[in-house]
Amino acid sequence: MAETKGPSRKAQKLSTLSLFQQPIHPGSAISAMNFSVAAVRQILLAADALEREDPLRRAKRLAKRRVALLFYEASTRTRTSFELAAKALGADTTLVSSLSSSIEKGETLKDTGITLKALGAECIILRSPYSGAPYLLAQTTGLPVLNAGDGMAEHPSQALLDLRTILQRLKIRASAVNEKCLRGITLTICGDVLHSRVARSNALLLPRLGARIIFCGPEELLPESATAMGPGVSIERDFDTALRQSQVAMVLRIQAERLAGLKIDLDEYRRRYQANTERIAACAPKTPILHPGPIIRGMEITDEVADGPQSAIAAQVANGVPVRMALVARALKGGRR
Amino acid sequence: MKPLLIRGGRVVDPASGQDAMRDVLLRDGKVAAIENPGRIHAADAEVFDAKGLVVAPGLVDIHVHLREPGQSYKETIATGTAAAAAGGFTSVCAMPNTIPVNDTPETVRWMQSPERGASARVFPIGAATRGSMGEALTDYAALREAGAVAVTDDGKPILGDAIMLAALRAAAAVELPVIQHAEDTRLTGGCSMNAGALAFRLGLRGMSVEAESSLVERDLDLLRQVRRGHLHVAHLSTSKALNAVRAARRAGLHVTCEVTPHHFALTEESVGLYDTNAKMNPPLRGEADRAAMIEGLLDGTVDAIATDHAPHAAHEKQQEFERAPNGITGLETALGLAISILHIRHRMPLAGVLALLTSRPAQAVGLKGGSLSAGSPGDVAVFDPAARWVFRAAESRSKSKNTPFDGWEMQGRVRLTVSQGRIVFRS
Ligand SMILES: [Zn+2]
Repeated sequence: MAETKGPSRKAQKLSTLSLFQQPIHPGSAISAMNFSVAAVRQILLAADALEREDPLRRAKRLAKRRVALLFYEASTRTRTSFELAAKALGADTTLVSSLSSSIEKGETLKDTGITLKALGAECIILRSPYSGAPYLLAQTTGLPVLNAGDGMAEHPSQALLDLRTILQRLKIRASAVNEKCLRGITLTICGDVLHSRVARSNALLLPRLGARIIFCGPEELLPESATAMGPGVSIERDFDTALRQSQVAMVLRIQAERLAGLKIDLDEYRRRYQANTERIAACAPKTPILHPGPIIRGMEITDEVADGPQSAIAAQVANGVPVRMALVARALKGGRR
Repeated sequence: MKPLLIRGGRVVDPASGQDAMRDVLLRDGKVAAIENPGRIHAADAEVFDAKGLVVAPGLVDIHVHLREPGQSYKETIATGTAAAAAGGFTSVCAMPNTIPVNDTPETVRWMQSPERGASARVFPIGAATRGSMGEALTDYAALREAGAVAVTDDGKPILGDAIMLAALRAAAAVELPVIQHAEDTRLTGGCSMNAGALAFRLGLRGMSVEAESSLVERDLDLLRQVRRGHLHVAHLSTSKALNAVRAARRAGLHVTCEVTPHHFALTEESVGLYDTNAKMNPPLRGEADRAAMIEGLLDGTVDAIATDHAPHAAHEKQQEFERAPNGITGLETALGLAISILHIRHRMPLAGVLALLTSRPAQAVGLKGGSLSAGSPGDVAVFDPAARWVFRAAESRSKSKNTPFDGWEMQGRVRLTVSQGRIVFRS
């Protein structure tokens, strides 16, 4: 509402909700958009340094600091790597999961957050089935919140570890990260883009480093509106065509738990979108293949490809700990830039 | 009660077409006289100086949720109508999605009882089906007899074809409108905002335009089969549904519709980073739909501005976006938004704006009121059409503060509200 006539917000915005809200802590990592390009470089440099550091010295960095992991969804990879990351820095961690706590009894996210804060948590790592939940937690606790995946919205630490994996494959050093470092690089993300927070966070991060993103998948799992993620994002429905233009590829599983009644013809899906030996050999013989997991073997990716020489899947998992060490350290230092 | 003389104001009464400087005398709860300035002599009357102010019929809101019985922690009839009075409203139609659902004459009467402490006249709307479960019709004759002015299952649609047709027929027999919350809920499961690019980006499931328009089109098809049926479409939000209403009206069907202030003031951009004060149903739409609502208001297709005042406690709105309840409060901001946007920005004559807030909504649900002439109910709204002010939710009379308009500067401020001859608000 920029017009001078008519209602305007030029009066100070003092929302009723904001009466109870605190500003989002600058050490939070809720969206890939929270990181400037300079911050991305810093985080990746910190990940390198922490990875190299002597474990005993490293464990003094956040000795006895308290980090809570609040998980409303099952998770293996992300939870374990955040936990290992926090512990590697010496922090005490506590896991609160929906299976073993009062959050099953109807306690709200706000109250659980306030409780964790009262117990001394200095940082909360949150996974939630609800998009946007980390904003609520950050606003109601004032603590740094690290988003370990919220609904269909974002998974920023995954985007950072994907970036680290891609840079390693392309032999680009963290110190070289800038607005142009991925110029000429196209990443195809194929599969269930609609339900994928990994796809969204990558689409918000990589184009700012110069990369192009091609989303690929059937209409039901990839609406045309997906290109609105931002500049540098386009759609190509044909996987072969997309792969031929790409220097990196990522395949996603179909998120059966979020399909909400949607029926997918799985044979047809495999035929058109599976990453298999024939397709990869024909269209992307040297392209690194990423997958954020969990993998459904034989569905979106075959054994041969998942375990083959082009697979970067194990590297992604391995990159999880150093990247998350950097994020936890950043959170507890108050958002060093 | 002392008579009240409102002196020196500009009387704008869309019902009679009057727009002139007049003095207004209220006596015994009614409008006793409207005369040229200085002509009324009432030594016993309290005098209100309305110089520079507009004197209008009390505003009529045909879509509010007063939350009583059953959810008095959100709002009561007393607090909701106090908010109404602060917004210039003297008549409000109360939606039946209370606890229990207002589906009986007893509840209709309970809501209208003087013990509720209302500051405005409350016209209950009865549930169209028992418990608003969409299965069996309620007793429309009995509801009407008790004072209900329409039937609806608002909050959700009357979804089945057969039950909707039966509702239209039964309501026509007793001359009540059927108010439809037009949402094909088979298409909106798990959805919490408008479908489109923004929903994709936020990772939220979106309600399509078609979920609204297809049900409006279905209802219009059913309405064609009902002699003297009257369909009123609640909180219309899409260009597509509006066009369907426009065409049906041209074809002679008795269909009316309302638009909320938020659907002509805001777009889905207000959702921002999951602001639950921008979560409502129907959701805020895109700019093209917002512009279409303005056009419909300007060209007369839309019959009423209705607030869909939907109070919720802070703890309910302070939840994850997808879990937070739908709706915002609206009674205290409706006039300011209507004047600022329709009158100032789009140059709609003030009488036209007021018609959308008085005579036309009253007519849509067959209320007495919404007019200002000798003998009509003593319901008056006096406002300063030039005053610029900032709305502060914290100062709201409503028990709940869930509004996206907190801190908004708007033009047009209520100075005096009179309900049945009694001053119920003054600023
Ligand atoms: Zn409704």
